[in-house]
Amino acid sequence: MSTRLSSGGRLVNKDKPVEFQFNGKRLKGYEGDTLASALLANDQMLVGRSFKYHRPRGIVASGAEEPNALVNLGQGGKFEPNQRVTTTELFDGLYATSQNHWPTLEFDIGAINTYLARFLPAGFYYKMFMFPRPFWKHVYEPFIRQSAGLGKAPKDRDADTYEHFYAFYDVVVIGGGIAGLTAALEAGKSGARVLVMEQTAAWGGRAVVDGVEIDGQAAEEWVAASVEALQAMENVEIRTRLMGAGVYDHGYLLAYERLRDHLPEEKGPRHRLWRIRTKQIVTATGAIERPISFAGNDLPGVMLASAVRDYVVNWGVSIGDRTVVVTNNDDAYRTAIVLKEAGLDVPAIIDARQGGAGALMDEARGLGIRVETGKAIAKVKGKGRVTGVAICAQAGQGGVLDEIACDCVAMSGGWSPVVHLWSHCGGKLKWDDAQAMFRPDPAKAPKGASGEAFVITAGIANGHLRSADALVDAFEAGRSAAKAAGGKVKAGKAPVAADADEATLEAIWLMPQGASIKLRMKAWLDFQNDVKVSDVQLAAREGFESVEHAKRYTTLGMATDQGKLSNINGLAILSDALDQPIPQTGTTTFRPPYTPISMGAIAGEARDELFQPIRRTPMYQWHEANGADFEPVGHWRRPYAFVRSGESVHDAVNREVMNTREKLGLLDASTLGKLIVKGPDAGKFLDMMYTNMMSTLPVGKCRYGLMCNENGFLSDDGVVARINEDTWLCHTTTGGADRIHAWMEDWLQCEWWDWKVYVANVTEQYAQVAVVGPNARKVLEKIGGMDVSKEAIPFMQWADGELGGIKARVYRISFSGELSYEIAVPASQGRAFWDMLLEAGEEFGVMPYGTECLHIMRAEKGFIMIGDETDGTVIPQDLNLNWAISKKKEDYLGKRAQERSHMADPNRWKLVGLETLDGSVLPDGAYAVAPGLNSNGQRNTIGRVTSTYHSPTLNKGIAMGLVHNGPDRMGDVIEFRKVDGTTVKARIVDQVFYDKDGEKQNV
Amino acid sequence: MKRYSVFAVAREALRYHSGWERAWASPEPKKKYDVIIIGAGGHGLATAYYLGKNFGITNVAIIEKGWLGGGNTGRNTTIIRSNYLQDPSAAIYEKARSLYETMSQDLNYNVMYSPRGVMMLAQTQHEIRGYQRTAHANALQGVKTEFIGPERVKELVPIINISGPRYPVLGALWQDRAGTARHDAVAWGYARACSDMGMDVIQKCEVTAIRREGGKVVGVTTTRGDIDCNKLGVVVAGHTGVVADMAGFRLPIESVALQALVSEPIKPCMDVVVMANTVHGYMSQSDKGEMVIGGGADGYNNYTQRGSFHHIEETVRALVETFPMISRLKMLRQWGGIVDMTGDRSPIISKTPVENVFINCGWGTGGFKAIPGSGWAMAELIAKGEPGPLAEEFSMWRFREGKFIDESVAAGVAH
Repeated sequence: MSTRLSSGGRLVNKDKPVEFQFNGKRLKGYEGDTLASALLANDQMLVGRSFKYHRPRGIVASGAEEPNALVNLGQGGKFEPNQRVTTTELFDGLYATSQNHWPTLEFDIGAINTYLARFLPAGFYYKMFMFPRPFWKHVYEPFIRQSAGLGKAPKDRDADTYEHFYAFYDVVVIGGGIAGLTAALEAGKSGARVLVMEQTAAWGGRAVVDGVEIDGQAAEEWVAASVEALQAMENVEIRTRLMGAGVYDHGYLLAYERLRDHLPEEKGPRHRLWRIRTKQIVTATGAIERPISFAGNDLPGVMLASAVRDYVVNWGVSIGDRTVVVTNNDDAYRTAIVLKEAGLDVPAIIDARQGGAGALMDEARGLGIRVETGKAIAKVKGKGRVTGVAICAQAGQGGVLDEIACDCVAMSGGWSPVVHLWSHCGGKLKWDDAQAMFRPDPAKAPKGASGEAFVITAGIANGHLRSADALVDAFEAGRSAAKAAGGKVKAGKAPVAADADEATLEAIWLMPQGASIKLRMKAWLDFQNDVKVSDVQLAAREGFESVEHAKRYTTLGMATDQGKLSNINGLAILSDALDQPIPQTGTTTFRPPYTPISMGAIAGEARDELFQPIRRTPMYQWHEANGADFEPVGHWRRPYAFVRSGESVHDAVNREVMNTREKLGLLDASTLGKLIVKGPDAGKFLDMMYTNMMSTLPVGKCRYGLMCNENGFLSDDGVVARINEDTWLCHTTTGGADRIHAWMEDWLQCEWWDWKVYVANVTEQYAQVAVVGPNARKVLEKIGGMDVSKEAIPFMQWADGELGGIKARVYRISFSGELSYEIAVPASQGRAFWDMLLEAGEEFGVMPYGTECLHIMRAEKGFIMIGDETDGTVIPQDLNLNWAISKKKEDYLGKRAQERSHMADPNRWKLVGLETLDGSVLPDGAYAVAPGLNSNGQRNTIGRVTSTYHSPTLNKGIAMGLVHNGPDRMGDVIEFRKVDGTTVKARIVDQVFYDKDGEKQNV
Repeated sequence: MKRYSVFAVAREALRYHSGWERAWASPEPKKKYDVIIIGAGGHGLATAYYLGKNFGITNVAIIEKGWLGGGNTGRNTTIIRSNYLQDPSAAIYEKARSLYETMSQDLNYNVMYSPRGVMMLAQTQHEIRGYQRTAHANALQGVKTEFIGPERVKELVPIINISGPRYPVLGALWQDRAGTARHDAVAWGYARACSDMGMDVIQKCEVTAIRREGGKVVGVTTTRGDIDCNKLGVVVAGHTGVVADMAGFRLPIESVALQALVSEPIKPCMDVVVMANTVHGYMSQSDKGEMVIGGGADGYNNYTQRGSFHHIEETVRALVETFPMISRLKMLRQWGGIVDMTGDRSPIISKTPVENVFINCGWGTGGFKAIPGSGWAMAELIAKGEPGPLAEEFSMWRFREGKFIDESVAAGVAH
């Protein structure tokens, strides 16, 4: 059984017991435990079920590489599925349940799949479930979906918060083992700004577990001293629980800090996403031990040799009383020695190598451990948990030589450097045959914008498995990074480690070498996804020869650990099946993040009210207090209508229209884009931006302008006012302000960079109110301060002045067809001005109106609306706006495009007014149909509705639409198809429904 | 070809699956073919398949620089829908969708087409009007869609937040026959069927030159030698510009990286596909349980199939707002694919300035859903030398004429 040892456990504080729950059981651990070590201390070996066959799964590793031990953690708003127990720090009250089983972890109906495994090899689902056809959607797929997945879906809203950090460094060192610390010390001494991060809560990595001696000190002491030295450097930032998540182009680094996962009750953000710009990155990310493929290697109790060692040394937990070590290298001997020294039994070390006579082997033998060389595990015995192993010759086919009773198997297939971060941004790998590993190829490092490498790898991550070599390598890496980042490197000496000589590893990918198909079908590669040696071999046989094909066909390495334990073993089996060397097979692509990071952290603070900024006009609070029914328009919110009690929205809109037409309406038009275009070349520039001639517009006048993109399509419109000799003010649509500003800058910066023009977006600097209706002039005269008579400010002119003591710019423009002034005042005076108008307007029947009223009034007048009459496929000529296209200009954006044959074709869909014969409102977006079908069997169409409203003024439905040759067909009746298949007849009429001669607006 | 079936699997199980044959052959290139298709992605393989199936042309090689299906076919978010606005788009995407419905049976390969339904959320008044228009257009195009209200949205997607403070859900365009399929399986199924018809699928074979004589194509030069052909189909998505350059002409194509990601797998919580264009993101749940998420294309041109981060952030932020429960899920993996974008965001299926060279490209961010329809139309173009009704509007010369097929109204977000 697995249990807590009476002594040992460098990370646990036995004075601080901690209580937690697993599947309803109340269990005890200590501060410093991970959930994994605490579960093991309570003999909870079985912790989950595998993905496909629902096989029993135990903890197999001690760190981020863990594929098996995932749990549902927490409850309610703090619930989270798929938490790795090996990286979950224990805290008081922790609540965990196991995943992917029904009804219980111990008795799982889904485990029947394990008996059907023979019928469910890799990719079986591509070959069946095809008949009868509807069964895929209704029977097979729901069943597969239900049995797939892992943890439960969270139900409640996330109770935690998250934040982003933006940071800048010269050198970032990823990994807090002895290599990372060495590199950081060197970089720090150079004066460079350094960040060093460690993904776990403790510094030191493997060296402190293995008791390496550095510069004559125990690793533990050396690490403590190094951390202290780094802390003392002002230019160095050091952080635990911070993981390098992804390396991107141009030295962009993403890191993930888990601030409150271990302190869930404390206030503050749970995770923090670091977005780092750095000149140099040092990856000192260590290595991950590989499992070995033998039959039954997935049974709970079979664990990585290094993990077995970690649990004893770090947490004082033994996995079993009798541990068989199986290995192809010397390092696993350290596990046997540690176990023996802890008073536990090691019945045998099964070493697949024939020879091997390293110091560690001698030491193990000296402790009385039986060492079997050239041997392999034929099969792990046990049901749900290890009870023993059958031994055979590695060179053979699995004939059993001996059986050994044990309750733990510690396996080591060698080590793979963690090359993920090196690889994310294009760093290449080379195969090291002697150590059977892919390691970074320094000649093919990720390169930054300058063409220079910006990632350096150090220590074990660079393939230097021995501490002595790793330290020298890391020392140089730290100095190189510092130098490349502009630091001043002084003379120094690398720390010296004393570690035992090791005999060379022998690459062993399968035990025994000639394992029969029955054994290979039980030899796991990917524990979570249930991919076995036989599956990869099947993929190779069926032609899935590319490593990417094999991965996708078998799902090898696609589990939540992304193949940290399985990839190299799998591609070695694939290479063998294809009879080609491993480097020729290559690896699959390493993608960010290194381990999964929370969506909450990625989203950061941007949620709910902060999801996107809400832009509010100066009058927003008044709107809010007076029944505004808001609609989002870009980042703004505009009142759709001001609804009074007892009214429907529709009633309110009708009331607003009638009141504005008959008396006085106020529109908050502050959201309209306002761009100042200024400079000696401003006129020339605007002549290019607009289809109209703007350079000849006299000072003091306004002109309605159209903007097209290079393809000739209408993209925005608005009134342009000439302020003085070299200044124009361009109004854009509300949604278009930022886009048009960027569009102008694009042309000025990229194409006409030598033109002397500045553009400034002053949208928010002004509050703007449209004062509209027959009483508009009266209310302004009452407020007083400037002459607003027809003579002083004729239609399409503007004037500066003062109204009621507030500085104002008054434009005589109209989007409603009524007498109308649009008045811009400083934003800070907007609310005061609005209140003043309401008060003064009371006797004139003033009412504010919203966007829907605005839309109806402009439609009654036949004015177009960008986004309704236009959709990116409409040119001004389609909207009968030829009058706004200058014939005198040599060029404007879109001119050449509009001369193309299809654009110049007279037979286009053009804008007309539409009136239903029965007075009803045409459906939005309906199409006019013609007889017959086109060559693709689609109904022929001859037009469509672009705007459609009930007109309260005319008390009937009115619409505008684009109709094939529409203006030539006035009076014709055409048919529009509704979604229910019926049609509605409408007559083609003039698009101006109200006050065609403009008598109302020109008063 | 040995047929796949549950009985075949059972039979093979008894002999430990030792009798399965290769899904597709791996032949050496022949000296000459009637037709060479460059690019063994979904579109290229489908083109070859329909050349054989519809026109009896089987002396065909599909040559591929890397591994088949390794471009955008293996990198997309597997959404299939046909609720497009413009007639030519709706025609080809609906053709594709209908072919997807029977693809597993046609190819004897389970591509797991799952008509689980796709909805596009309307979160502004403007979007409501846009989708109502699309629904009208679809009704006349023979594409079954409907505009549904927020209550129905919530019923179909219980995890959605329809009353978010920023952009409440006002309705959605709903296509119940749309859905997803297993992307790799589409490429594998076609490759197997092509191989079975006697075509050569040649991987790890990069085209380095297109050989022409008198304005006419005569063959290609590859890393595995010269191969002659009568006709050449170029179906290479992100690298279209590069290959067109070899044939001596230019195309109005820009290549950019499109970003996607998946979460860790969880038990089923969302059956349909949801696209939210106002906030920029879409999400579905794979059969494996991962939430499959896509969003935007990078704002700069490049050919590296790498993930970048800013769009991931924007997309995840949008989806946390739309589906608050995903906040406590974790991003497992992100990746990028290179998409070829035209000026009007619609594809090109066209003859070219070089006689007997035909091009199929410009699918941008929406190519997966089109694969069978695209292959069908391209095969017709290659076989007859002239486009059929599905392809005729997608000529590369439409840009010169100004005859755009602009879907930007209907697809504000990468899809």
